[in-house]
Formats: sequence, structure tokens, C-alpha cells
Amino acid sequence: MDNIISVEGVEFEYAKEEGTLKALDGIDMGINRGEFIAVIGHNGSGKSTLAKHLNAILKPTKGSVTVKNMDTRDDSRLWDIRQAAGMVFQNPDNQIVATVVEEDVAFGPENLGVESSEIRVRVKEALEAVDMYEFRKKGPHLLSGGQKQRVAIAGVIAMKPDCIIFDESTAMLDPSGRIEVMSTIRKLNKQEGITIIHITHFMEEAVDADRVIVMEEGRIVMQGRPREIFVQVDKLKSLGLDVPFMTELAYELSKAGIKIDSDILTVDEMVNSLCL
Amino acid sequence: MIKDITIGQYYPCESLLHRLDPRVKIISTFAFMASLFVIDSFVPYIAVFAFLGLVIGISKIPPGYILKGLKPLLPLLLLTLAINIFLTPGRILWDAWIFKISEEGLRQGVFMVIRLMLLIVGTSMLTLATSPIQLTDGIEILLNPFKKIGIPAHELAMMMTIALRFIPTLLDETDKIMKAQMARGADFEGKNLVTRAKNMIPLLVPLFISAFRRADELAMAMEARCYRGGENRTRMKQLMMEKRDYMAYALMGVYIAFIVASRWIW
Amino acid sequence: MSIIVKDLVHIYNPKSPFESKALDGVSLEIEKGEFIGLIGHTGSGKSTLIQHLNGLLKPSSGSIEVNGLEITAPGVNLTNVRKKVGLVFQYPEYQLFEETVQKDIAFGPANLGMSEEEIGERVKEAMEIVGLDYEVLNDRSPFELSGGQRRRVAIAGVIAMKPEVLILDEPTAGLDPRGRDEIFSQIKALHKKYGMTIIVVSHSMEDMAKLVDRIIVMNKGNVEIAGTPREVFKYESRLKEIGLGVPSVLELVNRLRERGFDIRPDIITLQEAKDEIVKYMKEHGKL
Repeated sequence: MDNIISVEGVEFEYAKEEGTLKALDGIDMGINRGEFIAVIGHNGSGKSTLAKHLNAILKPTKGSVTVKNMDTRDDSRLWDIRQAAGMVFQNPDNQIVATVVEEDVAFGPENLGVESSEIRVRVKEALEAVDMYEFRKKGPHLLSGGQKQRVAIAGVIAMKPDCIIFDESTAMLDPSGRIEVMSTIRKLNKQEGITIIHITHFMEEAVDADRVIVMEEGRIVMQGRPREIFVQVDKLKSLGLDVPFMTELAYELSKAGIKIDSDILTVDEMVNSLCL
Repeated sequence: MIKDITIGQYYPCESLLHRLDPRVKIISTFAFMASLFVIDSFVPYIAVFAFLGLVIGISKIPPGYILKGLKPLLPLLLLTLAINIFLTPGRILWDAWIFKISEEGLRQGVFMVIRLMLLIVGTSMLTLATSPIQLTDGIEILLNPFKKIGIPAHELAMMMTIALRFIPTLLDETDKIMKAQMARGADFEGKNLVTRAKNMIPLLVPLFISAFRRADELAMAMEARCYRGGENRTRMKQLMMEKRDYMAYALMGVYIAFIVASRWIW
Repeated sequence: MSIIVKDLVHIYNPKSPFESKALDGVSLEIEKGEFIGLIGHTGSGKSTLIQHLNGLLKPSSGSIEVNGLEITAPGVNLTNVRKKVGLVFQYPEYQLFEETVQKDIAFGPANLGMSEEEIGERVKEAMEIVGLDYEVLNDRSPFELSGGQRRRVAIAGVIAMKPEVLILDEPTAGLDPRGRDEIFSQIKALHKKYGMTIIVVSHSMEDMAKLVDRIIVMNKGNVEIAGTPREVFKYESRLKEIGLGVPSVLELVNRLRERGFDIRPDIITLQEAKDEIVKYMKEHGKL
């Protein structure tokens, strides 16, 4: 397997008033190159803590995280790791550094010491990839939430990462902003082949991932293709998570005795299954 | 209301002034400021007005927008005017109770107010027509020779960039928190100064907390994008002096020479 | 009638190059004790509208009456307006400032000039409504609490003012599904128990369908559609046009009807969809 990231036996503790709190409690996972992974779980399940381990913002108390065979505890490779695994955060306002869109996108490559003519090329390509090129001269405070997040994504793409981690990057957006960002993420995965790790609590954003990871109390409690995960309606509900509407309906219908596929995710599938 | 403050804000548009090298603009601004203090009579102001008018014309920034920046400073201007008018001794023109207006005072007051206005408009042209990043790049390069004596040029420049970037965000935030507390009955507009001062706490505490939270998140986001100080950093926009920059210096030189000469002419 | 809004117009930055019309002659009426969902995408004018309802913004023209008080009249006492209409902003936890939860919730009632004793009562009651344990939390600093708890402290701070009308701007933004369900069920209980007029601003048709009596859809500074969820959902294509998501149940029902399922067209919840489909399948011997 071509693992771009591997996480082995990771535990993470942080100090609290009363002793320590274990935010991650034995995480093992491998992420393949080009994969689109959705990590779901409610607030406090450890999903954001896990995300921050993947580009060495946090380092494990126990166990190891390797990105492209570089151990995140090896400080000499810190910048190579962060270049390879970019990160987009939750609040669109608090991750844009510069006062002009294109200058913000240039920030990462500038830090990497890329030559100025090359930066220009990268900034243009990155802004085109997120459909924000026409806004390149604008001030970020004039953009909508979804547009700001796309600028933040462009800022990461310009660093030519292998993989991007989205740490609840859609949580603060309105529905149209979320749709913009999700379609950008999908495009990066399909067209540019960038590995995606998308942390979210919106189930519908996990529907077309290659793999869904469900976290609870610092552990991975479920893992598999979206269909395999979402059919477990009762288990998801007991974890305080939503189930896609159609999956839940299919589940209810089959309980009522109707013969129907249980792993339905979309309206189309539901209609087809009922009209057989 | 709080959003009316245009001073120090960048006005994005494509103009010759915007394209000039920031170093040229910074040095010229200082030269311009100095020139105002060389002037000791009204006549050379014509040259200053003409020069500033030319700069504004080149900048393509609507003059109304620039003048709006003066509005919050109006009290300061009026105070300057009043102090000079009433406190300058000389030939009395008008006299009532303890107020005396002298000819010299009137002259001095008007003179000072014009100087102050020109100073404000002149310096705001720098920030209006130079993107903050360019401005900080310029300052950083100009300060670089002083690194040896311990001036942290890059850090200063980065601090300035971030401050400028977050001004609109924090103004928005202030507005929001103010409204939220007003909805809970806080009084920010009443006549009672004591309650108004007390009500600053519900505004300032959340504002500071939010500023710290933002700073924290921004620091993390910057680190995630491999920021590690000024060492080995490159620039997308490398500063290069071009023909137009030298022309600007030349124009500035002519202007300064004229102003200095004016001391002997008038 | 609890709220009567007449021809409300609001223009930001009038007579300047930045002039923009946020509200363009909004008229609407809300009955006493009604539970309203106010829906519209960003920039539709819904935030501007709710800020008028408790006097934070003054209209350029038009009037608002709340339970008999014309709050847009010149010289109206704002304290009285704030007593009538409580407003919880988006991400209200960012407005907390006091040392303890109790003091923070007491801020609003204290500003209304109530006695210590009554304030104490109200703080207790408000905390109970939002599901915060008074004994455990009253002396804690709000900044030590979890995000969801902080949100509830902030909501309690407005509830403690006992407004006749309570407006909440996206009270569940950024919360996980469990937090969202909890907040919504507390609001629902509040509505039932006290008969308060409640307006919830939301982006989500799906959430509102389950929650409210009536939906008001705003678009471009005006009321586009208003009615019960069932009535509003009939305008599927119009809702899509103005960029609002349509609940998937609606899409399913329409698609099934196209395929010859004679099920009710005005289904809005999962339970109804299930019942209708089961009924149809039984009738057609497919069970």
C-alpha cells in the first residue's frame, strides 16, 4: 500500500485543571495516496486533535505519525511535513494573513523560499483551481465566508502539498458557502489527485468520500465505505450523529416490512429502489 | 459609524501611484511632511496644493473618499484653530469678555489648520495607494541596514501587516458585540458618562478575548503554512526600481527644491 | 397581533457611493405566541430585519409595532423595547464577559432595573430552561465551559430578561448534531411552556420544517413566501431559484409522484413519508 500518512498507536494527553485529559486514545490508521477520507464525530470526540497531528501542529504523547515517511517528531523535517500536508482551518477570518487575496496565496510559497517568478505561476494556478482568480486583487474582508475559505485553500495549494487536511472548514459557512467549498474539495481530489482528509459533522459531506472514519472519545469506532457506515443507523444515532435522510427513511421502511436496499444514500437511489 | 474611519485603509485600484515602488512612496511622504514644516508663508501652499492635487489625480482615488478621512479629525482641527486664534498675541481685531482675536492669531490659526490638513491628506495618500504588504515590504527593506543595531525589521513589518489585516475584522466585531450587549440593555449612547464608562467592560472584555483567540488561531495557521520568521523568505513581488520610480524621485526633488527656495522668495 | 411590520425600508450608507438597500418595503404580521422560522440566504435582509425588531437599527421608513407599542416612533423608551423583544445574535457565546455564569446571565435583567431577588430567581429559571445545572455551574467562569455550554449561557442571558418576543439568529450554527437537537428542543419547550412569540433565523428548511408553525422566506430585502411549512414547500422551484436548499423529502415525494405514486404531495417529515409510502405499498400489494 502506498500510505501517504500513517498513524500508529497514537495517544495524546493534555493538561487540564484536574490532571490530564486523553484526547486521543490509541489511533491506528493509514491513508492512501489520492484517497478522500471523511472523519466524523461530535464535538470533543478528538477529530480536530487528530487532524492537528497530521501536519505536526501537535505531536503524539505516545505512538507515531509519519507523513511521506517523515516522522512528525523529527523537528528537522517539520517544514517538509507541513509543505506535504497542508491544512485549512475552521474560521475563515483567522487564517488569512495578507490584505490582498493574491498576496495571501503567495504567503506559503514565500515561506518556503520559492523563487518569485515561480510564486506568480503558482498563485495564478492555485486561484484558478478554486475559481477565485478574478478576486485576486480584492481585500479578503470583502469576500463571503465560502470565498474566504476558497482563498485559504488556494493558499495551501500554492505550496504544492500532497495532501490537504480540512479541519471543520465548512462548520462556519452558510449552505451556499458549504456547497462551494465541498465542490472545490472534490475537484482537488478528482482532478489534481490531492489526498483529502475532511473533518466535519455534516454527514452529507461524507457521503461521497472513499472512506468514512467515525470517532468517539479519542478512538476510531467505525470505519468503512460511506454505505457501510451509514446503514448502521442506530449506532450512529447513539453516538449523537445524523444519518443521511434517505438512509434513515430506507431503514424505517425496511423495519415496516418493505423490501428495499438498506444502503441507500440519495434520492435517486431511493426512487429507483421503490419503483422496482 | 465606526466604519467611516478611512484613514490608514488601502484603496485598491490600478493607478500609476499604486504601481510606484513603496520605498519611493515612503521616502517621498517623509520628504513631503518635512516640506510642510519648511513653509512659513501662505503663497508656497499653492505649490503644495498643486502637488497634492497632482498626486490625488494620478492615484485615481475619488477625492471625496480621501476627504472623508478628515472627518473624524475635525475636532482636532477645530481645536488647533481655536488655540491659535485665541492664544496668539498681536494686534487685536475683535475683543469680547476674555476672548481676544488678533490678526496674527487668525493668520496663525488658518495657517496651522491648512498645514495639519495637508499633513493628514499627504500621509494618507501613502496608505491609500500602497497595499499594506507592499508598505511593510518597503519599510522592511528601508530598515534592513539598521538590523545590525538590533532593529527587528522583518518582525516589525509582519506585525504591521497583520494589524492592518485585522482592522476591518475587529471593527466588525466591535459593532457586533456592541449590538449584542445593547440588546441586553447595555447603554453605550446615553448621556450619563459613568454608566457609559461602566458599559465599556461588556464591550472590551469580549473584544480582547476574541482578539486573543484570533491571534492564537492565526499563529497556528501561519505555522501550518511554514512561516518561520524572515530567514530565507522570498517574495512574490520583488521590489525593483523602474523608470517611473526614478521619475517620481525627480519630481519630488523639483518640488522640494521649489519649497525650500520659496523661503527666500516670499 | 404580536408584531406588525409595515413597509419597512432600510438603506445602509444613504447618499454615499456605498448606498445599499437592505430592506425594500417589508410588511408582515406575526400572531402572539407564534413560532416563526425566518429563512433566507446571506444578504437576503433577514439580519437587518431582526435588528429593527428590537430597535438596534432605525428604519429609513416604515413602522414596527410590538404588542401595541410602536417601537419605531420617535422618542420611544428603548428599555421598554428591549423588555418586549429579546435578541440572541449568531455565536452569542462571544459576547460573554463576566467572571461567573450567574453574573453574566444577570447582566440583562440588571440593566432592566430589577431587584436583586428577582434577578436571582430569573437567573435560576433561565438556566433551567436551557438545561444548565444551576448548583454546579452558577459560580463557574463561563470561559471554562465547553462551546455548547457557553452558547446556552448566552441564550439564558436573554431569556432571563423574559421578553415577550424572543428572536434567535442561527442558534445552532457551528454545533454538532447533538448540540443542535438539544438547543432546538429547549426552544420548543420554551415556546410551549411560556407561550412566547419566537422567531428563529435559519438557513435550514429541513430544521425549520420540524420546528415551526410558520416560515417566512426572505429574498433581496423582501418577503418572498410566507406560510406553514407545508404551504411554503409547495414552491419548490421558486425556493431553488433563490438559492435555498429544498428538503430532500420534498424532492423524493415529487419524484415518486412523477413515477405514478399517488401519495400526498404535502409531506414534510420522515414519519409522514414513511407512513405514506407504506400505505401506498400496501394498497398496491407490494408489501
